Parts: sequence; C-alpha cells; structure tokens
Amino acid sequence: MDRIGASVLTISPGRPFRASLTTFGALVWSGFRRYATYRQATIAGSFTNIVFGFLRCYVLLAVAAGAVGNRPAGYDVEQLATYVWVGQGLLAVTGMWGWAELADRIRTGDIASDLLRPVPPVVSYLAADLGRALHGVLTRFLGPVLVGLLFFPLVTPQRWQTVPLFVLSVLLAVVGCFGCRFLINATAYWLQDARGPQMLWTLGSGVLAGLYFPLRLLPEWLTVTLWVATPLPGLLQTPLDVLVERDPPALQAGLVALQAIWAVLLIWLATVVQRRAERKLVVQGG
Amino acid sequence: MGEIRAYAALAGGKWRSMLSYRASFAAEMLSNVGATVLDVTTVFVLFRATAQIGGFTLAQAILMTGLTAFGFVLADMTVGNIDDLKRYVRTGQLDTMLTRPLPVLPQLVFTDLPLRKLLRLVFGATIYGIALAANDIDWTPARVVLAAVVPVGAAFFFGAIFVLTASFAFWWVESGEIGNGFTYGGRDFTSYPITVYSNWFRDLFAYTLGFGFVSYQPALALLGRTDPLGLPAWAGYVSPLVALPAVAIATAVWRVGIRHYRSTGS
Amino acid sequence: MIQMRELRKDFTVRVKAGRLRREKRTVSAVDGIDLTIEPGEMVGYIGPNGAGKSTTLKMLTGVLSPSSGEVSVFGLTPVPQRTRLALRIGVVFGQRSQLWWDLPLGESFRLLRHIYRVPAAEHEARLRRCRGLLDLDAFLDTPVRQLSLGQRMRGELTAALLHGPRVLFLDEPTIGLDVVSKQAVRSFLAELGASGDVTLVLTTHDLADIERLCDRLVVIDHGRVVHDGTIEALHARYGSRRSLVVELDEPLPPGFTLPGASVTGVEADGHRVTFALDGSSSGAAVAALVAVASVRDLSVVEPDIEDVVARLYQAG
Repeated sequence: MDRIGASVLTISPGRPFRASLTTFGALVWSGFRRYATYRQATIAGSFTNIVFGFLRCYVLLAVAAGAVGNRPAGYDVEQLATYVWVGQGLLAVTGMWGWAELADRIRTGDIASDLLRPVPPVVSYLAADLGRALHGVLTRFLGPVLVGLLFFPLVTPQRWQTVPLFVLSVLLAVVGCFGCRFLINATAYWLQDARGPQMLWTLGSGVLAGLYFPLRLLPEWLTVTLWVATPLPGLLQTPLDVLVERDPPALQAGLVALQAIWAVLLIWLATVVQRRAERKLVVQGG
Repeated sequence: MGEIRAYAALAGGKWRSMLSYRASFAAEMLSNVGATVLDVTTVFVLFRATAQIGGFTLAQAILMTGLTAFGFVLADMTVGNIDDLKRYVRTGQLDTMLTRPLPVLPQLVFTDLPLRKLLRLVFGATIYGIALAANDIDWTPARVVLAAVVPVGAAFFFGAIFVLTASFAFWWVESGEIGNGFTYGGRDFTSYPITVYSNWFRDLFAYTLGFGFVSYQPALALLGRTDPLGLPAWAGYVSPLVALPAVAIATAVWRVGIRHYRSTGS
Repeated sequence: MIQMRELRKDFTVRVKAGRLRREKRTVSAVDGIDLTIEPGEMVGYIGPNGAGKSTTLKMLTGVLSPSSGEVSVFGLTPVPQRTRLALRIGVVFGQRSQLWWDLPLGESFRLLRHIYRVPAAEHEARLRRCRGLLDLDAFLDTPVRQLSLGQRMRGELTAALLHGPRVLFLDEPTIGLDVVSKQAVRSFLAELGASGDVTLVLTTHDLADIERLCDRLVVIDHGRVVHDGTIEALHARYGSRRSLVVELDEPLPPGFTLPGASVTGVEADGHRVTFALDGSSSGAAVAALVAVASVRDLSVVEPDIEDVVARLYQAG
C-alpha cells in the first residue's frame, strides 16, 4: 500500500512538506512544458500584443501632450510608455483571457477524473497555471518590453526595493488572476456552461484592471472603490504602478499588501466553491 | 434566387442554434454591446485629462470613434466570424463546405452569422448619429451623401480586412491572434485622429494599409477642417473608395487561398 | 461515369533535418491511378493508412485538385465544376459532420433541402424512405450533439441522399460504430446498392463492409492500385483457397487422394482432416469423400480476407 502511494503525486496535510513541494514543482513544470509546445501561438500572440502596444502608447502619449504639465493622472511620458509596454507583456503572464479548460472539463464530465487524483483540483490547476505564467515571462513578456525599449523612452526604477516588490506584485497578480478565472470557470458546475460569465469577465477585466487606460484617470472615488472592493486593479495596474514608481514607497507596499489580501481571499473562495461543487457532484451525480 | 433561399436557410439555422442557448446568447449580446460601450467610454475618460487629443476636441474625436464603431460593427456582424476559418481548416470541416453546391466564402459567412452583435450595431449607429449632431457641421448635399456613404465604405473596408486576415489560415493554420492585430487593431487605430501616431506608424497603417481613409479623412471633410497632415480637402470625399481596392485584394487573396488549400489539403 | 486517368497527387512536406533546417520533400499520395467506375457499381476502396484512399475521394468530390492526370465524374471536372457536381453527388466523411450540431436532426434535413434546392415533394419522398429504412423517427427531434455515433451516422447518410445523388462517396462510414449500428448502415447501403440507381464508392478499414457490400474491390497501396476486381479474383490471384474440414469415424487409408483438393492438415490421430480446395465448388470433393469414408461431420471454411489483404500490404 505504501509503495503504491509513494509513486502517486499526492498533496495532502498528512504528507511531509518536502514531498508535497516536489509534487507541486512537477505540476508547475508540466504546465510550463505544455505551453512550450505552442510555439507558433506564442509568436502570433506576441505580434498582436506589440501592435496593440503601439496603438495604446501613441494615444496615451497624445493625451499627455495635451494634459496639465504633460502629466495625466500623475504619470509622466516615460512612466506612461512603460505602463503600456510592460502591461502588454504582463497580459500574457497573468493570462487574463481565454482559459476555459476547467469549464470545458466540467461540461464534458471529464472533471470526474480530476476528482480521482490525490491532489486537490485548485492546487493542481494553480500549479499548472504558475508553469504557464513562467513560460509567459520567458517568452511573451520579453517581446513587447523590448519593442517598447527600442521605440520609446522607458523608466529605469530609482529605488532599490522597486524590482523585488514588482516581482512579488507580478506573482500576486498571477495568483489573483488564476483565482478569478477559476471562479468564473467554476460557475459551469451550476450553469452547465460558463460562456456567459466568461464573456462578462473578458469584457470587464481588461478595462477594470487598467489595460485600456490607467485607472487613475477615473474620478478618485471610483478609483479607490475599484482598488479596495475588487481584485481587478491588482491583476495589472498594481504591478505596473509599482514598476513605474507612481507612488511613495509606503503606499506602494500598501497596494501590494492589498493585492496579497485579495489573492489569498480568491484562492480561499476557489477552494470553498470547489468543495461545494464536489459535494453537489457526489450527491446529485453531476 | 435559389441561392438566396439557401443563404437565408443557413442564416436561419444559425439563428435557431443560438436560440437553443438563450441565456448564453443574451450574455453574448450584452457583452458585445458592452465592449463597444467601453471603447467609447475610454475616449471620454482620456478626454478627462486633456481638452484635445492630437489637436482634436472630444466631439470631433467622437465623430471618428462613432464612424469606426458603426462601420466596424457592420462588417463584424456580417463577415466577422470568418476568423473561424482556422478552425474549419484544422478540423477539416472546410471539406464538408466544399462538397456543397454553394461558393465557400458566403457559405461560411452565413453558416456562422454573428447575430449576437445586433445590439452593438444599434449602439454604433447611435454614437455616430450623436457625433454628427454634436459637431457644428455645415450640411451641404455632398456632406449628406458622404455621411451616409462613409459607414458603408468603412464596413466594406473592414470586411475586406476580415477576409484578408482570415485567409492567412490557408497558409498558416496556427496563425492564432495575428489577424486581430489588423482587424481589432485597425478598429482601434481608426477610433482616434491619426495625428496622434508617429510618422512611420501612420504611414504604415493609415496610408499603406489604407486605414486613414476609413474615418479620419472623411471626418475632416464632414467637419470642414483642413488636414494638418497635408492631404487636400477632396481626399475626404473620395476616401470611401478605398474600400474598392481592399475588397478586390481580399477577394483575390481568398481565391488564391482556396486554390492553395485544394492543392495542399492541409 | 467516373473516370480517373493517370491521376496523381503530390504533397510537399517539410521534414526536420537538423536543429533548425527543414527539408522539403515531395510525397506522392496518389501515384498514377487509372480507374473507370460504371453506373450501379458498388466499389470498395481499401488500403493501409496513408495509402491515398481519402485523397482520391477528395479529388473525386472536388475538394482537392489533382497534381496531374485527369478525373471526371458525370463528365464534369470536379474542381472547376464543383458546385454543379455537388448537386449530383452525395458525400459522407465518416469523421466529419455536415449536420447542424445544435439543431434537431430534422432541422438539418430541412436546411439541406434549401441548400440543394430540392422540390418539397421529392424531399418528402426521399426522407420518408430513409426514415423507414434507417429508423430515424425516434431521434428526429433530438439535437445532433445529443445523438449517439450510430444515430448520427444514420443522419449523415440521410443528409447525403436527400438531393437524390446518383453517386454516393463514403469515407469510412462505419468507423467507430458499434456492432448493431454497423449492421444497420451496411443493410441500408446494401439495399441502396441493390436498387441499382445509386453508384457506391466507399473506403473502409473494415473488410466486413466490403464482403457485405461490394462486388468490386480496389486495393490501393502507396498511391497505386494493386488489385482491382472481385473478392474471389483476389483470392484466386493470391492463392487463398477455401478449405474442407472433415471429422471421420476412422482415419483415412494411407495414400488417399481426393480429386480437386489436397490435404493440408491431419489432427486428432487422423480423425480430423483438412483439405484445401482447388476450385470454388466443394460438391465433387464431398461426394468423393463420402463414397470411401464414414464422415461424422463436415464444414467448409471460407478463406480469410483479412489475411489476404495483410499479405497484400506487406508485399507492397
């Protein structure tokens, strides 16, 4: 019995921490490898991100040219350009759109085989998503950032803590974004088909995460509400604001802490929802 | 006549398929119109920080945004789903289309007519109407004709871009999102005055690919403004004609693509 | 009615040669095929995977253009005259569907009537016939996505026949079907062929399809026709013979010979003997045997077509 158990990937409270970590690592690696096979899609996606980078960047710079002190919402030209290009790169790292794997598996009933595995679905999907994000950092992130560097003046961080804080913020954005997408996909447990929620997500996430324009261009009460009451600014705007050093260090740390709270909350919610769904599956037979 | 009934039947089939997913259909319809609402809202938000973008006021910019929104949705609602050609090629479902007694392009278009974009069309037309009213336009007969023709020209132009980018799939099945860079990218490009772009980028998108004639030049003609970039006033009046070469090129590339597909069967 | 002359189809494939280099190589999927098919024939087209079966079928239906050679169906050249040809042929690709996934099966038929511009009365008559023969009524109102594979294939067959084609091309019509559905599809096609007004051309991996349906067998390998004729002709050519197995009360006397047959096996201390028959008739041999020995039981075993075809592929 023990020998069989040892050969199966397991993550559970009873297992030694190191073994669970190895399993988690293996799942991350499998997510990475899977995306590494989509080489052509990576090229096509980067191309499109770059085209949109140019479009957004020129428009925002034109806004800056007419704004008071050339600083719309407190960003100077270099900060805006950095915001746009790093944002185009991050888009593929957080993987905001297009993930419907869980919903598809629920719809087709394949999810049942996930439940048979000794690793909880939220954990295994999160691990695979971190692998995907890592692949995104090494491929899709670089293209837009390099093009941005070539064509526009970008900012260089001035404070020592900016880069580590940015890395942490990106990690939290990836986890938070995964949590949102998991919850959207999980509606399929009750709706059979998550297409409706999926579409509303695609519609709202881009603009409310600060992709189309920095959210600080909105009236202040709205910006603050979005930041505190929704996880969305934490998916894109927070890491970008951290990188361009839009705020003093203390406020930046606060924003990242807010991001962390949301990330934990979302993963907890995902776990609860998944447990509820499993109970429903067992009781009602799907 | 028979062909028209056949296409009507295909469109009817799509309609009834949609109705079998009523809730999804409603959600899609709402999120579609929502996307256009957000595009327009973005313009308003950007103008909160500045009185002019690229030398144009909010009302003038909205005229370009509205023109683009209306023309683009007209195209998107008819041929927008041609983008799915990749899937038809990859799954071999295109073979089935080739065994039916109808030309492939209209067959694809009518089989997959994106009716969920209907509400978006209404919104696009409304914004265009409001923008026309919001600007102080000196209505001459020529401008009246122009105002009516421009959205149609834009629709044909964007339709051509849709077909052209979808045709990539004949040579490169995994072309993925590349087409979006030109279709949705083109829409974003024409939503703003082209004075905001740098020279090389403008030369490429506006004059080489022709996107400058979709909304910017006609909007100048409607507003009676001289072009800060130097094109003569009449350029705005003839710019809907840019749809003609675009459609011709798209048709030719599509034909070559089908021929290529037939010789490679990929 | 269907003619192929020196028909060829070459594909260029890129093969990896080294880390980054790719080499172009030309592969002939169909390598010079000459075939004529007459009205009313039922032709089975078999061959190993990648032998060029589907490619040939695609060239016949106007999906693919030939690299060289000629092909004509009803005197039409498929690719340039595709839409005219489409009105006169029916096509079933076993692994693709021409039905509307989200609509009830009956709706698909109605849509196809408009696409093929079939007069209502003709449509009704053909549909009624298919409904009877294929038992469609039970699931006519079910969305296609909810049909079983067997039900869907029955729908596909109907869809391909509603415009009254004179030729029906079937690419793997029984692939993936359960035993009962296979039987249903086969009996339907047999009946269709027997009526004589539809010419059938089908590719398959299931030789039972061929044995049940086809009076003519075309075996293709590496893009070339390696056999064209009846199943019997195939056996005759490859020396596969029927055999006669007899159970005897007493072993046969030594040196016993049977006219028109030769002993190929002796088992159970001579109580069971197997003869290979030279001709196709076993009557004479049985009569001669019964005259000299006391026969307890007797059976005639047909040669196994799978074996023959397997040998054929290996030889190619």
